[in-house]
Amino acid sequence: MNQDRRDFLVRAGKVLVLTAPAAAYWDALAAGKTEPEEPAYRMADHFWGMIVDIDKCIGCGSCVRACKTENNVPLEPFYFRTWVERYHVESLSEHPEVDSPNGGYNGFPEKYAAGDKAKSFFVPKLCNQCAHSPCTQVCPVGATFESPDGAVLIDQTYCLGCRYCVQACPYGCRFIDPRTNTVDKCNLCYHRITKGLTTACCENCPTGARQLVDLKDPRDPVHEFLRTHKVHVLKPHMATGAKLFYNALDGSVR
Amino acid sequence: MEEGLLHAVQGYMYPNEVELQWSILIVLYPFTTGLVAGAFILASLERVFNVAAVKPTYRLALLSALAFLIVAPLPLQLHLGHPERSIEMYLTPHTSSAMAMFGFVYLWYLMAVLVLEIWLDYRKDIVLMSRTETGWKKTLYKVLSLGVDNISEESLRIDDKLGRFITIIGIPSAFLLHGYVGFIFGSIKANPWWSSPAMPIVFLFSAIVSGIALVMLMYMAVCVLKGIPIDMPCVDTIARYLFYAFLIDFSIELMDLIHRIYEADESFQSLDFMVHTRLYTSQILIQIVFGTIVPLGFFAFTQLVKLSESARKGIYVLAGCLTLMGIFAMRWNVVIGGQLFSKSFLGYTSYKMDFATKEGLLPAIVLLLLPFAILWVLVKVLPPWEEPHDGAKAETAAA
Repeated sequence: MNQDRRDFLVRAGKVLVLTAPAAAYWDALAAGKTEPEEPAYRMADHFWGMIVDIDKCIGCGSCVRACKTENNVPLEPFYFRTWVERYHVESLSEHPEVDSPNGGYNGFPEKYAAGDKAKSFFVPKLCNQCAHSPCTQVCPVGATFESPDGAVLIDQTYCLGCRYCVQACPYGCRFIDPRTNTVDKCNLCYHRITKGLTTACCENCPTGARQLVDLKDPRDPVHEFLRTHKVHVLKPHMATGAKLFYNALDGSVR
Repeated sequence: MEEGLLHAVQGYMYPNEVELQWSILIVLYPFTTGLVAGAFILASLERVFNVAAVKPTYRLALLSALAFLIVAPLPLQLHLGHPERSIEMYLTPHTSSAMAMFGFVYLWYLMAVLVLEIWLDYRKDIVLMSRTETGWKKTLYKVLSLGVDNISEESLRIDDKLGRFITIIGIPSAFLLHGYVGFIFGSIKANPWWSSPAMPIVFLFSAIVSGIALVMLMYMAVCVLKGIPIDMPCVDTIARYLFYAFLIDFSIELMDLIHRIYEADESFQSLDFMVHTRLYTSQILIQIVFGTIVPLGFFAFTQLVKLSESARKGIYVLAGCLTLMGIFAMRWNVVIGGQLFSKSFLGYTSYKMDFATKEGLLPAIVLLLLPFAILWVLVKVLPPWEEPHDGAKAETAAA
C-alpha cells in the first residue's frame, strides 16, 4: 500500500512537471506557431514621408500607372491615389494654366510650344500623410487614422462611406471606391513599406523624382536633403503637418 | 458617364473632385432639421415666453417638429455607402469628429426634449381617451399613457411645471441641434465656401425662420381643411416673429457676405465667379432676391400698412412659401455650391441630379413628403385641437 502511494506520488509529480510545458506547447500549437517571432516591422521605429523633386519630374505617368496597378485603383479618370499635374505659368499671369489628362496616366501630349515665354513643369500629387490630418479628425467612427509610423491609413471594413473625410481633405486626395462604397487614398503602399520595400510609384519613377523617406531613420538621406534644399509643402496655411516635401515648388501650385 | 462628367468641368479640378460627394439628400438634412428647430422655437414662444397669441399653433408645432425629426436622419442613412455600419457612430464614436456627435444630439433632442414634452402635454388627453375609446384604440392609448393614469389637478400641475422646464432645456437644445448642423459645414477649413464661424449662427436663424414659416402655413392650411376660421391675431403674431427672425438671419448673412467681399482672400475670385455663373440662379435669384428680399418686403409691408384680413392672409401664404423656398435654396447653395468649385481654385464642375436612383430627386421628394404623412398619423392619434376630443366622447356616448 505504501508502495502504491509512493508510485502515485512519483507519477503525479511527473505529470505535474510535464503539464506546464504541455499546456504551453498546446497553446502554441493551437495558435499555429511553435515559437514566438520577433516582429520584423516595428511601427515605433519609423515615421514615413516623401520627397518630390519637381525639377526631376518628366510627366511620364509611370507613377500613376504603377500605383493603379499595384493598388487595384479603378481605371476611370476620377479615382486616383496619385496623379500628375502640368503647370504652365506665364510671367505676369495671376492664374496658372493647369491640366492633368486622365491624371497623367498616359503621360502628357505636347501642348505648349518651346520658347513661349512661360514656364512649364509637372507636379506629382498624392496623400500628404499629414501629421495633423483634417481627414482623420472628421471621421465619425475613426475608420481613418494616423498610424504611429506616420502613414494615414483607412480601415475599409469600418468605413461608413459618409464622405466627410473627402470634403475635409484640402488636397483632393480621397475618393470613394465605387466597388466597395468606402473611401480610398494613397497609403504609401503600406503593404510594401512594412516589408522593407519602397512604394510602387517611387520604384517606377525613372528619374528618381519621388523618394519615400523615413524621418525617424538617422541614416536616411532625407535629413541631408532637407538641410541642403529649399523644400515646401502644399497649402502650408492649412497647418496640416504635411509630410510630402516638394523641392523647387513654384508659388503658383495649389 | 465619364464623358458627361468631364465635360461638366471648366478649368482645372483635382481629378478626385470631379464627382460630387454630397447630393440633394444632404441638402434635405439641414433643411429638415432646420424645420424641426424652428417649429420647436415657435412652440416655446407660447410655453416659456408666454406669447399667448400663438397658442393655437402650440401642439401643431410640436407634432410637426416630431414628424420632421423622425425623417431627419433618413436622407443621411440613405446616402451612406454602408448604412448597416451607421450604428458604429453610437458604439465607437470618434470624439474629434463633428459628425460623430450627430447621433447623440439627435437622440437627446428626440427623446429628452420633444417626445417627453409632447407626452407631458398630451398626458391628460391620452388618459381620457384610454377611458373613452374602445378596441385597439383603447389599447393604443393605454400603452401611450405608460400606465400612468393619475390626472388629478395636482398631477397635471406637476406635468405643466415639468413641461415648462423641458421647454426651457429644449430651447438651447434646439439651438444646439441646428447650430451643430451649421458647425458640420463651418468647421471644414479645406472648403472656404463653408469654413466660417458665422455658419452655425446663419444656420440657426435660417432654421428658426423656416420652422416658423412652415408652422404658419400648416396652421392656415389646417384651418382651411377643417373649415374653421383662421385665428388672425395668432397668424399676425407668428408673421411678426417670422419677420424679426428673418431680419436677423438676413443681417448675419449679409455681414458674412460683406466680410468675404471686403477681405477677398485667395478663394474669393473663384467663389465670386461661381456665384455669378453656376450658382447665379439658385443663389442670387432664388435665395437672395425671391427667397429673402421679396418675402422680407412682404412681411415689412404687413407691419407698416394696415391691410384687410384677406390681403394679409394672401401675403402671408405667398411670403411664407417664398421663405421656405429661399431657405431650401440656401441649404442647396451651401451643400451643392460648396462642391462646385475646385479646392485648387482653378476650376468648376456641375451637379447632375439623377431622378429614380438612391440619391436622386425621387427619394428626395418622398423624404420631403414623408413628414407630412407621419404628421397626418400623429394628428389622428394626438389631435392638436380641443374639439375632436369632445366629439369623440360624444360619439362614444352615442354608440
